[in-house]
Amino acid sequence: MDLIQKNLLAQIADLHEVPEGAYNIRANGESAGSNTTANIDIVKKDDKDGIDIIIKPGTKNESVHIPVLLSQSGIQEMVYNDFYIGEGANVTIVAGCGIHNGGANDSKHDGIHTFYIGKNAKVKYIERHYGSGDGNGERIMNPETVIHLEEGAVLEMETTQIKGIDSTNRITRGDLAAGAVLEVKEKLMTHGKQYARTDFSVDLNGDGCSANIISRSVAKDESRQEFFSNINGNCVCSGHSECDAIIMDKAVVAASPQLTAANIDASLIHEAAIGKIAGEQLIKLMTLGLTEEEAEEQIINGFLK
Amino acid sequence: MLELKNICYEVETEKGIKEILKNVSLTIDEHFVAITGPNGGGKSTLAKMIAGIIQPTSGQILLDGEDITELGITERAKKGISFAFQQPVHFKGLTVKDLISIAAGKNMSVTDVCNILSEVGLCARNYVNREINNSLSGGELKRIEIAMILARGTKLSIFDEPEAGIDLWSFNSLIKVFEKMRDEINGTILIISHQEKILEIADKIIVVSAGEIEKTGTKEEILPGLLYKATSCQTLTDKQ
Repeated sequence: MDLIQKNLLAQIADLHEVPEGAYNIRANGESAGSNTTANIDIVKKDDKDGIDIIIKPGTKNESVHIPVLLSQSGIQEMVYNDFYIGEGANVTIVAGCGIHNGGANDSKHDGIHTFYIGKNAKVKYIERHYGSGDGNGERIMNPETVIHLEEGAVLEMETTQIKGIDSTNRITRGDLAAGAVLEVKEKLMTHGKQYARTDFSVDLNGDGCSANIISRSVAKDESRQEFFSNINGNCVCSGHSECDAIIMDKAVVAASPQLTAANIDASLIHEAAIGKIAGEQLIKLMTLGLTEEEAEEQIINGFLK
Repeated sequence: MLELKNICYEVETEKGIKEILKNVSLTIDEHFVAITGPNGGGKSTLAKMIAGIIQPTSGQILLDGEDITELGITERAKKGISFAFQQPVHFKGLTVKDLISIAAGKNMSVTDVCNILSEVGLCARNYVNREINNSLSGGELKRIEIAMILARGTKLSIFDEPEAGIDLWSFNSLIKVFEKMRDEINGTILIISHQEKILEIADKIIVVSAGEIEKTGTKEEILPGLLYKATSCQTLTDKQ
């Protein structure tokens, strides 16, 4: 791995060397290393680009890292990764994509991650997206996440895109069986002329299941963001979505929340707020000795933390 | 020492120009000074003007002889002026530790933050990582606001009605905080208050009314006149 790839790896996975446990590193469209464990198998797909990650029932406290790195300008790829998580497992999965584009051609990574999470299994899924490089070519990412939660299964998803992605369309789909829990935390910051679209759709199908989707975003400069969420309550369930955006400069943010209750015992809530940084927050931090720019930075850092 | 010279502040309203402060001049070099007077009389405006949040229409502000009238909020903060808001500001995502660290101007350890919080009567460990939002009560936010001023330890600390918006029980323990601060802090404490108990521990009391300084003096000189008007009871209920 060269220095650029190592830097991307540090940004998206906090990794400085090859990780412990199971991993698969994909760099410029090819495998740059892979490891399996007794409980976690990684199998390359025959029919298309991508891998199957198979986690045995009852696997506890193990982790899988599957970072994707693009450092050659002009690479375009579409990857399918499927995760099969056995009953009662408790694992952490770290995915993410880093693009360095120092050339004139667009670099693009599209990926579909599909999760089949077995009964009472618990998964923490961390996904980070990052871009760097000063070429004219755009850095484009379109991640799609499809989540099937069986009875009593839990998925906590943290998805972060802080810098450097010119265009992104982030799609998340989920269906939940009885007692399943889906928690999503999205953090997003766009600047320059970037565009980010987030689209959540969740079907609450089994009694006692719940979904909680929280999106916090900052839009700077002339960037644009669109937030869509749709929660369908088809049973005794609870759903909550929250979109909270700070808007700066000449940015544009649109939020379109939707709730559909198809059962009298479905309890669904949506909260949305878009606004600039409150003047009194800036003034308070300035009275503590920060400049206006430093105050702004502290407020944004805290908001996205 | 803080000096205000011929401070005027006017705002435009629908009914024409309104004078909020009318040719206010005063010198503050005592240790603990209280400003009191009826609501709407210009007290908070005066405090915000000293902190640089409001610019006077005319007049001069001097800190230790240096003219700071043209300086902004940040520059005045760096020169040693601290200001505790009447209504503490909420911050999504910033914790008590973050704000105390910003106030102190350095990264504070949990122990450092705990020490400062216990000064204002908060059981520290429970609070260090709490967000500054409406999950905290009015009294708690007020104490954290005061803790930030303590963490800065500057030569001039201004408190705008620390009693506003908190219950009586919290207020009684807040008085102890100010008594302690009076005994321990160096520099000048300038506190806007309607509370007799706060006025009683002041070295000097300034009464501001209708945009002017009505009178200035020691508690022995000022308090009897104020109490005769019996405003303290009524103003406390106004602030709930």
